[in-house]
Amino acid sequence: MTALWALVSRNCRLFFKNKGILLPSLLAPLILLFLFIAFLGNVYRDSIRSVAEGFALSDGTVESIAAGLLVSSLLAVCAVTIAFTANTIMVQDKVSGQRSDFSVSPVHPSLVSLAYFLSTFLVTTCICALALGAGLIYMAIAGWHLGATDLLLAVLDMLLLTLFGTAFSFTVCSFLHTAGAVTAVQATVSSAYGFLCGAYMPLSSLATGLKNAVMFLPGTYGTGLLRGHLMAGAIDAMTEEGIPSAIADAMKTGFDCRLYFFEHAVPAWVCYLVLGLATAVLFGVCLLLVARTRRR
Amino acid sequence: MAANENIIEIEHLKKYYKDVKAVDDITFSVKKGEFFAFLGVNGAGKSTTISILCGEEKRTFGSVKIEGEDIEQQPFSARGKLGVVFQNSVLDGALTLAENLRCRAALYNISGDEYAARLNELCALFDLKDLLSRPVGKLSGGQRRRADIARALLHRPSILILDEPTTGLDPQTRKSVWEAVHAIRKVRGTTVFLTTHYMEEAADADRVVILDKGKILADATPLELKNAYTGDFITLYHANEEELRACGIRAERVGEALRIEVKNTAEATALILRHPQLFTDYEIVKGKMDDVFLNVTGKRGENV
Repeated sequence: MTALWALVSRNCRLFFKNKGILLPSLLAPLILLFLFIAFLGNVYRDSIRSVAEGFALSDGTVESIAAGLLVSSLLAVCAVTIAFTANTIMVQDKVSGQRSDFSVSPVHPSLVSLAYFLSTFLVTTCICALALGAGLIYMAIAGWHLGATDLLLAVLDMLLLTLFGTAFSFTVCSFLHTAGAVTAVQATVSSAYGFLCGAYMPLSSLATGLKNAVMFLPGTYGTGLLRGHLMAGAIDAMTEEGIPSAIADAMKTGFDCRLYFFEHAVPAWVCYLVLGLATAVLFGVCLLLVARTRRR
Repeated sequence: MAANENIIEIEHLKKYYKDVKAVDDITFSVKKGEFFAFLGVNGAGKSTTISILCGEEKRTFGSVKIEGEDIEQQPFSARGKLGVVFQNSVLDGALTLAENLRCRAALYNISGDEYAARLNELCALFDLKDLLSRPVGKLSGGQRRRADIARALLHRPSILILDEPTTGLDPQTRKSVWEAVHAIRKVRGTTVFLTTHYMEEAADADRVVILDKGKILADATPLELKNAYTGDFITLYHANEEELRACGIRAERVGEALRIEVKNTAEATALILRHPQLFTDYEIVKGKMDDVFLNVTGKRGENV
């Protein structure tokens, strides 16, 4: 345990002391939030109003729903992209030779890998928690409709998605051996993942084939869970303004609070199961990779 | 383990990468407390041998034992006996020296009072106390190298492996590094396994192995190698070149002196006794390890 804790501590310190990695990681959620508000905010508001067309929906409720949508999108993307950034330390260690130093010590290679995994999870959780904090402030300003249970479940969603992002990024980064490769992968993931997990655009706006394809990706279920827990309170509040519950249901479906797999509704527990299983499978792959690279 | 026992035993070691024979059936041993130099041009197989010795790479054939333990059968025990100083510093530049050393000590399960005691000991030995709170990236080349050696010695290994430890360092820094290494040998009797491109560093070794294309070309003490692969030189001061030529002695001018190359010390002595009037101010020196290395890897001279 002494060695594991020392390595986790070392990896986290390296992340937080490296401004070249830390600043982009901290700024990414804020930049995303700003971009969402500046460019997608009106699109989301128009979409929300169009679902409740013909009914008097207050601006405050629209703002609350839009805020939930924005913050859930932000967290869904950050949990995975920040994990890739945090795993830079693992690749840097291969490039600079630090990994050789650990290899010649009596520490088991799997412990070194576990330390990278845990530190990536811790660092990503810290950054995502900051993003969630900033998002909650924004949601409070827009109009607070978030219940305690939904808030706790949203935190659980974030942790589970972070674990998934950690396992996913660890698996990918295990194959990378140069700083250029890790930068290229980070750029690709940052630009593509938001679309692939349904964070940037609701799945209902995608073509049927693409929507069905995206439903095979585990990250989509994480986005769905966050949407459900961060938006449900605000959507339910519509009914207090006299909006029919059918409209509220349509909105939950339209904004991915409820996911459909080939027309079959996917309950929240199945979303947790898919995300949990995907994380477990990726973790198994991580263990196989560690065993494979033990000695050349 | 007795002082004259082998601490490293390598027998018929082979490492093949498909058709490339990086290490091709080498056998040698290193005695406890010995200062052992492992020389070869780039690509000779030195680094591969060290990687196998450290358990980083798997051998194709042969056996490698450290204090009698096979490194593949008891890898973690064997690694605990090794301290490795890599060619490039492997300390984290962003972290302070204290943070680096604490982390590395933990890898050997050293913490608390035991760590504090060892840190104090190494700080005294390598003059590191004032550097502990500074980020390693801000240290000078020499300070960083001393820190690297301290890192490798935290767990009191019986063998210190130095992989080209002074490459790229200025002469003063190289001197300070060697002072640190010799200090640890003196204090703890640590076995030193050195690879270097600076042949004069190998001249101080107890034994030298020269490797080329994965095979051992020479395995002897520096003196034996010099005797076998280079001649002796008589450097003559205040001498007349014409008088030497008249006696049939060929000499080359080196600065203010004249240098005569002879086969060995016996020949030098005979020459001086034949012409005592010419040798009033002189010195006899052995050839350099550079000459040995070039002659061995150039496959000239006789086998040792």
